[in-house]
Amino acid sequence: MNKWFKSGSPWIWLSAAGVSISLISVLGLLWLIASRGLSYFWPADLYQFEMLDEQGRTSTVIGEVYDREEIPAKQLVHLDIQLEPGQETIERYLVKTGNRELVSLDFRWILVPQIRKTSTPENIAVIERRTNGNFYGVIESLVLDGNSVSLDKMPELLERVEAFQEEIEALQKVDIGAINYKLERLRLTERKHQLGNNLTDEIANEINTQVQILKDEYKVLEAKLMSLRDTVSRDQLVVKAMDGTLVTIGFEDILQINFNNQMNVLEKLKLFFVQIGNFITDDPREANTEGGVFPAIFGTVLMVLLMTVIVSPLGVVAAIYLHEYAGNNALTKLLRIAVINLAGVPSIVYGVFGLGFFVYMVGGNLDQLFYPETLPSPTFGTPGVMWSAITLAILTLPVVIVSTEEGLARIPSAMRHGSLALGATKAETLWRIILPIASPAIMTGIILAIARAAGEVAPLMLVGVVKMAPNLPLDGNFPFLHLDRKFMHLGFHIYDVGFQSPNVEAARPLVYATALLLVTIIVALNMTAVSIRNRLREKYRMLEH
Amino acid sequence: MTIALKSTGPRQLKNSLAKWLITLGGISVLFTLVLIFMYLLYVIKPIFVSAEIDKKQAFEITTSENVASIGIDELKELSYVITDDGQIDYYQLVETNQHQVGEQVYSQSLLAEDITLDQIIDISIEEKLLVGENGQVQLVSPKFMSQFAKDIRTIVPNITYPLGEDPITIDQEGQALSLVSFAMNDERAVFVAFTKDNRLIKTTLIAEDDFSYDAAHEAVYQEIDTQSSHFDDILVTPDLAMVFARSGDQVFVYDLSDDYDVELKATIIPQLSQNRTKSLHITSMALLSGSSSILLGDSSGKVSQWFEVAGEEGREFKQVRTFQAADNQKITAIYTEQFRKSFYTMTATGELGLFYTTSEAELWRGQLNSIEPVHLSISPRADALISLSGKSFSIFTVENEHPEVTWSALWKEVWYEGYPEPEYIWQSTSGSDDFEAKFSLVPISFGTIKAASYAMLFAVPIALTAAIYTAYFMTPSMRRKVKPTIELMEALPTVILGFLAGLWLAPIIEKYLPAVALLLLFLPLSVFLTAYLWFKLPKEIKIKLPETLAPLLLIPALLLAAYSAFSLSPVLEHYFFGGDVRQFITNDLNIDFDQRNALVVGIAMGFAVIPTIFSMAEDAIFSVPKHLTSGSLALGATQWQTLVKVVLLTASPGIFSAVMMGLGRAVGETMIVLMATGNTPILDWNFFEGMRTLAANIAVEMPESEVGSTHYRILFLAAFVLFVFTFIFNTAAEFIRQRLREKYSSL
Repeated sequence: MNKWFKSGSPWIWLSAAGVSISLISVLGLLWLIASRGLSYFWPADLYQFEMLDEQGRTSTVIGEVYDREEIPAKQLVHLDIQLEPGQETIERYLVKTGNRELVSLDFRWILVPQIRKTSTPENIAVIERRTNGNFYGVIESLVLDGNSVSLDKMPELLERVEAFQEEIEALQKVDIGAINYKLERLRLTERKHQLGNNLTDEIANEINTQVQILKDEYKVLEAKLMSLRDTVSRDQLVVKAMDGTLVTIGFEDILQINFNNQMNVLEKLKLFFVQIGNFITDDPREANTEGGVFPAIFGTVLMVLLMTVIVSPLGVVAAIYLHEYAGNNALTKLLRIAVINLAGVPSIVYGVFGLGFFVYMVGGNLDQLFYPETLPSPTFGTPGVMWSAITLAILTLPVVIVSTEEGLARIPSAMRHGSLALGATKAETLWRIILPIASPAIMTGIILAIARAAGEVAPLMLVGVVKMAPNLPLDGNFPFLHLDRKFMHLGFHIYDVGFQSPNVEAARPLVYATALLLVTIIVALNMTAVSIRNRLREKYRMLEH
Repeated sequence: MTIALKSTGPRQLKNSLAKWLITLGGISVLFTLVLIFMYLLYVIKPIFVSAEIDKKQAFEITTSENVASIGIDELKELSYVITDDGQIDYYQLVETNQHQVGEQVYSQSLLAEDITLDQIIDISIEEKLLVGENGQVQLVSPKFMSQFAKDIRTIVPNITYPLGEDPITIDQEGQALSLVSFAMNDERAVFVAFTKDNRLIKTTLIAEDDFSYDAAHEAVYQEIDTQSSHFDDILVTPDLAMVFARSGDQVFVYDLSDDYDVELKATIIPQLSQNRTKSLHITSMALLSGSSSILLGDSSGKVSQWFEVAGEEGREFKQVRTFQAADNQKITAIYTEQFRKSFYTMTATGELGLFYTTSEAELWRGQLNSIEPVHLSISPRADALISLSGKSFSIFTVENEHPEVTWSALWKEVWYEGYPEPEYIWQSTSGSDDFEAKFSLVPISFGTIKAASYAMLFAVPIALTAAIYTAYFMTPSMRRKVKPTIELMEALPTVILGFLAGLWLAPIIEKYLPAVALLLLFLPLSVFLTAYLWFKLPKEIKIKLPETLAPLLLIPALLLAAYSAFSLSPVLEHYFFGGDVRQFITNDLNIDFDQRNALVVGIAMGFAVIPTIFSMAEDAIFSVPKHLTSGSLALGATQWQTLVKVVLLTASPGIFSAVMMGLGRAVGETMIVLMATGNTPILDWNFFEGMRTLAANIAVEMPESEVGSTHYRILFLAAFVLFVFTFIFNTAAEFIRQRLREKYSSL
């Protein structure tokens, strides 16, 4: 034993434990997010519990089991539950019962000892709706235009409604949205002429005619919308809820009807992927706690792309300067310290700087100069996607610089010398020889910058992210890309839904799913960057010999 | 054959152009950093600038009667004087097409017909009380309004009578009044007056409906039992709770909360240090905005602030702080601002002082005129002073945007109104208007250090041991896989770590608190046990399971240890903590417990910091020259001895710089702290309670702060503190690393 301690072996094992704990935590974290996130999409079994409560009343609870936990029996002494001898804990289930119009909370805890019978009847349907969340119940009848029809018609009716709903959405978002946008532009044009004191009667008339035309168009569209809404709400579904009440649900409200208990694994798998697809492509519903995250994905991607456009040239140029041009002097040392510090400054400081400098100072002045007609409501003098992109570009600048410089450092100097010896200028050597060889390193830097930017939330909370953006920053209205608009972001979505939403319990699975999506994107980006870098290192090693 | 060379001119031009552009791009990085630094400073600077008072203009008024009161509109375009006989004359202050500066533009009588004016009392900037000889008063509010004609704005008088135009009888006996004080809200108007025949009376007008649209009221008269036969000052607080009546060097405080009964609440007797030549006296009194503090000026030039404090014998008035407003000069008057805790003092020689109570700041002292002005008034927006001496009317601009901030108010204990003692408090906003903002950076800086310390406590041991093993003991093939995996953790968005910490980890830790303590014991134990078991294994198996696989062998052991800790937790809880640890901690140990506490933050932020420290420390250890270790091993040292005595010693600056970088990251981390704590700014190391950090504070409050306000600038200051803090850490770490690299290359 003593010899064992003297050999230092226990301490080596202890240091190995550091590696083990780190590995367990990384992999455990990824596994936790993956399992929780993916289970959100998997069609769960629907249970029917026959309950007998302490007052001897019976009731039926239908829903998905969300969570199980053991609680000390002591806490439930007042319920007078029959315990096995020696039993100290009681199991309870958290059941999602949905049906928000009937009961105020769509989750409830049930105690296992109070369950008399558990079954999974095949006829229970889970109805996903546009409002009020899921509905669990047994479908009683189908009402087509006032007449009861066979239940077989359901898929057909669902398809019909879906087609109409898509039309309505297109009408609302695209056509009517465009008219509103144009009307606002006309108002601003008029105001601009007023401010410039050149609003002649001619211009005013011209604007008024256009406004009139648009308003007429609007009336036509509105009428069309109304008639569509009438058509879509033709059919109803009558469902029996767990307490026996019959509820009529209009088809216009229904997104999906699934009989989870009738499905086999393949069908479930299919639904699983459909759900993932919907999550990625749908808009959020019910104050972000249901539906998809499409606007957040879109906002994140657009902001990151804008950022890439800004950060790539700057970072590459700075790295080239540092490695190829800078002499070994005080300025270079200062520059290196600046790069290190830009990487180390807390991200929230960038947010503060972006808000004060870009939004209020630069943006405020831009508004004074170019958009006086919209004042006092600001155009660029308010947080938006452009300022977010610029702020994050500064934040990720050191990532690109460091990675590019590393790539440049690995290029054997023989290649530079060769090119210069053949008479090429330094600029030509750079452009024709160095940059092409270093391009994978640059790529790595950009990918890492993108990964960093995609996960950054704190500065964005100050310079442009919102929980619910009414319009995407990119749409069909001229000038198509609206850099002044606010946007949604996956990371902020997690923070907002997980911590600011009124019903955290209901939203938690969605937050896990969003987190999984974000982690997948970022881990994938990082792995790509790392593999590019590794391949590059191998290549250079070969060049050197 | 000749080779046709491209003309060198454009090529050279391109070459030098590229050089300049690239240099410019390189320098821009430095420029960005300097820009951030300078911009933060630029925003912060105004809060540390002292106040300035400058004379703007002066003119002679043409009113011939004696002036009793003066005033100005909020845009400083029109001023007025009210004469002894109730006439109000308006004077133009800015030049327009029709009027010149100093021209009398309007004139009007304020007085009802059957009243003979005795005196005029300034109740506030916008309210003047005209006191008649027979104990009747009229409340006048000389306000202003803007009129627009052809897009040109003009300010015109708008005189209102909040209690009606008819005179109101204050004294039922019809005696003249020597002192009157008054305050009102929508339901009540309270007058407290001292009559010429030495009675202290209180008259309450109770509105029939609401004074804001109907002056109809019913009056309640009563006489207050006094302890003194003479009074010098009477002040009713704007919230109608108290009246302060000064008689010589004593101030009597009466409770006004009962409409029909006035009781003596307290007596303030200031301890006046007796001067050798002359005895000191209280010479003036004023109410500070917010109606809880009173200011007393004495004949030696001191002003003291008093407010009610919960003491041992209930609530009592205490002297909280004093200001030396003049050197051995009598304070003749104290003027307080309407919305802020600033006040002006005036002496007989015309020396003016400007102070702010909360920050104990002396903002300005100096001479406005050579003599004491007869009248002085503060403009409604507190951005100007007006004075009248003789017939000369002067306007002074006051630049005093951020009086509430001084270096000492930010970093030292401050005695806030209503608190029993000086404290460090961060409380930037509140629902009420007369709220005293509490901007102490101490609690949030403390929170930052607390969060960072707990994170380091968790991260440093794990990260360093992992780095040591990976760099020194691990096989190259394993290292190639392990290092990127751990570094992957750095790429995980902190918002996800924060979310998991707040919604997943915090409830688990709360539920299995004994397990967390057990883990501290079980994890090392399980490691030693596994190591010993391996040591005792027969040789054949040892060859198949070499020591280099230790990290992998340990994974199941550690998981098993964790599992047993968690399953033992309820048992432990049952036998030692009465079934509920949380209750045990709060009730038996008297320690506050939050679900989202420093322990959770420490673990979550520790995870965020581990890869930073690991990666840099591993680099430092790995790049220790191989011949050093070979030498040591050749001389007979064991692996472990070589590591401790040679490798770690050589790499120690690099390890130190890795820890510094980690600390820098922990200090500035926002999302984890924001999500995994309750964000309460408290000063307590207790790891069962949360904290609020500088970064989280910015994220929470910045979106709501008004641009350019003191609060906004202080948040910038918080960002600046973070910036400077991390700058120092990063620069030091980088410096150390550079030195180390030079040392290695010379070895």
